[in-house]
Amino acid sequence: MRLTAQDLGAERGGERIFSGLHFAIGAGEALLVTGPNGAGKSTLLQVLCGLLPAAEGTILLEGAGEEWPTVAAAAHYLGHGNAMKPAMSVEENLRFWREFNGEPCLEVDEALEEVGLGSLGYLPFSTLSTGQRRRAAIARLLVSWRPIWLLDEPTAGLDARSETRFTALMEAHRADGGLIIAATHWPLHLQDVKELVLGDAA
Amino acid sequence: MLALYVRDLKLGIRAGGGALVGILFFLAVIATVPFAIGPELTLLARIGPAMLWTGALLASLLGLDRLFQADREDGSLDLLVLAAERHMLPLIVLLKCLAHWTASVLPLVIAAPVLGILLNMDPLANAATTLTLLVGSPAVTFVGAIGAAVAVTLPRGGLLVSVLILPLVIPVLIFGVSTAYASVNDPAPFLPPFLILCALTLFFTVLGPLAASAALRAARG
Repeated sequence: MRLTAQDLGAERGGERIFSGLHFAIGAGEALLVTGPNGAGKSTLLQVLCGLLPAAEGTILLEGAGEEWPTVAAAAHYLGHGNAMKPAMSVEENLRFWREFNGEPCLEVDEALEEVGLGSLGYLPFSTLSTGQRRRAAIARLLVSWRPIWLLDEPTAGLDARSETRFTALMEAHRADGGLIIAATHWPLHLQDVKELVLGDAA
Repeated sequence: MLALYVRDLKLGIRAGGGALVGILFFLAVIATVPFAIGPELTLLARIGPAMLWTGALLASLLGLDRLFQADREDGSLDLLVLAAERHMLPLIVLLKCLAHWTASVLPLVIAAPVLGILLNMDPLANAATTLTLLVGSPAVTFVGAIGAAVAVTLPRGGLLVSVLILPLVIPVLIFGVSTAYASVNDPAPFLPPFLILCALTLFFTVLGPLAASAALRAARG
């Protein structure tokens, strides 16, 4: 599986955010997207998964087979929102996404164990702290299988220990042949990553 | 897919009692009518079906603006739109509408015959009005989905949604009320307006989700 972007550009509200981006990552690889605020990190992720149209250039997903026809179908997108309902318990939320997304992978309680929320699954999502909410959202990536993870500030609100745990989860995903593209301000301590710097620093 | 229906149904019943607000509004409208009209029982019975329909229509517009907005705020909407490869987006919208209808509008239909008693409606007119509400109210929800999708990015879109969709639901109101009247006024035939009401619901069952998903996609750009 190989995800390639050629000459990619995007607009937001008529303003060109970035243009002429090239990158290619294959199975087991990770790409860190860095850059100052407003450089277009989130926009890039949204363009990649198809939430926003690309203003120019192409995105190619090769060798993914018929099972994953598009990036949107093959990707887990972890945006700024956690996509969890405050009125439902963490378990109910995860069980919903597991059923809705299909391709079940880990069981809900296993996934909660992986992110260190093993004993809190029965709590309403609204009672969790910011970091715990983010960890519940990360558990969503584990309950159904997608080869590509598109992560937008995945570690926002996480403490150091959870960050280490999350790094291990990302390494495990790469070892399973997954691809990771993460927009972040913090080094995620991943082994041999590619880096893409957006904005005026580039 | 069923998971989405179950989730939305749970949320509709649990979160802040959206269904209860609708029923209370409906009750408030219907209960004030006899005081405003005065103690003329025949007049009340005559305007009964129209009042029930108007009340139910306005009450069912109440929670509509939240149909997609709640999902947009917590980021679920992005994921629902992204799942279009696996589940068609219009189907997702259809299921969300059905869940909304079950949680918020079906209780209004169930309450309608009880409120009909307050308007001195005879049992036949009461039953006919309830039946037309049952058949016609899904159309209101499906049209409402279009408005909710168009206004999804607006923070206070509630009134806008109602104003946007009212012209489209007027035909449903007209045929709903005329069917109810046809059941009690002998010369008027019951079946033709009833079948047109069914047709309107079926038509909006298709058009509503299609238009709403187009609006949701466009709202991203």
